[in-house]
Amino acid sequence: MSVKIQIEDFDLGLELSKLRLASPSIGAVVSFVGQVRDVNDGDTINTLTLEHYPIMTEKALVAIESEAKTRWNIIDSLIIHRVGTLQPCDQIVLVAVSGAHRGEAFHACEFIMDYLKTSAPFWKKEATEHGERWVEAKLSDDAAKTRWLNQLK
Amino acid sequence: MNIKVLYFARIKEAVNYSTEDIDLPSDITTVTALKNYLSLRGDNWANLFNGKQVVRAAINHALVDDLAAIKTGDEVAFFPPVTGG
Repeated sequence: MSVKIQIEDFDLGLELSKLRLASPSIGAVVSFVGQVRDVNDGDTINTLTLEHYPIMTEKALVAIESEAKTRWNIIDSLIIHRVGTLQPCDQIVLVAVSGAHRGEAFHACEFIMDYLKTSAPFWKKEATEHGERWVEAKLSDDAAKTRWLNQLK
Repeated sequence: MNIKVLYFARIKEAVNYSTEDIDLPSDITTVTALKNYLSLRGDNWANLFNGKQVVRAAINHALVDDLAAIKTGDEVAFFPPVTGG
């Protein structure tokens, strides 16, 4: 399990290859990549700046990975989250999970992403054509997390 | 009781502080009490900490609720609901 918080971009292909080739018992790698959109709430987005709370961010992400590993039979996981100022089409986040079979890896990947959205201390600020604004937390993200709370494996 | 307080995102901008050391009166021992204490500093502080806005808190890098106890040496952080990913 690993967690990286970084300003620089990441090589998606390379990261997935490293995860995939780490063990011959891996039969599945599931990944999610988040990307900066050029429109939000009807406004053109010029840049998106991500702030975070160092140390707490790493702790929160490691805890989420650990929880995923106790819930599902997965082999490894990787979270890369970028901070700083990004532009449309830039990669923001990668969550990747390896396992023997796809089912558990799919569930674990979605779980990690849903928890990251609501538990890891990152904040987005958009620069739009009308000025800067902080992105508001979405109720739908809370709902996505809540559905895992009552769900037994 | 000496603690360190950190502010993030829109809260940092509203109070114009990112971090400060505070010597708290001895009767301020919970997150709720600290919020009330900070809300007396002026209008922009009152607007944030009077309970009408959602302000999350962490103590020593772990998310806590407002009933959580604060002890000397703690690092307390205030921030809005998170929006990463």
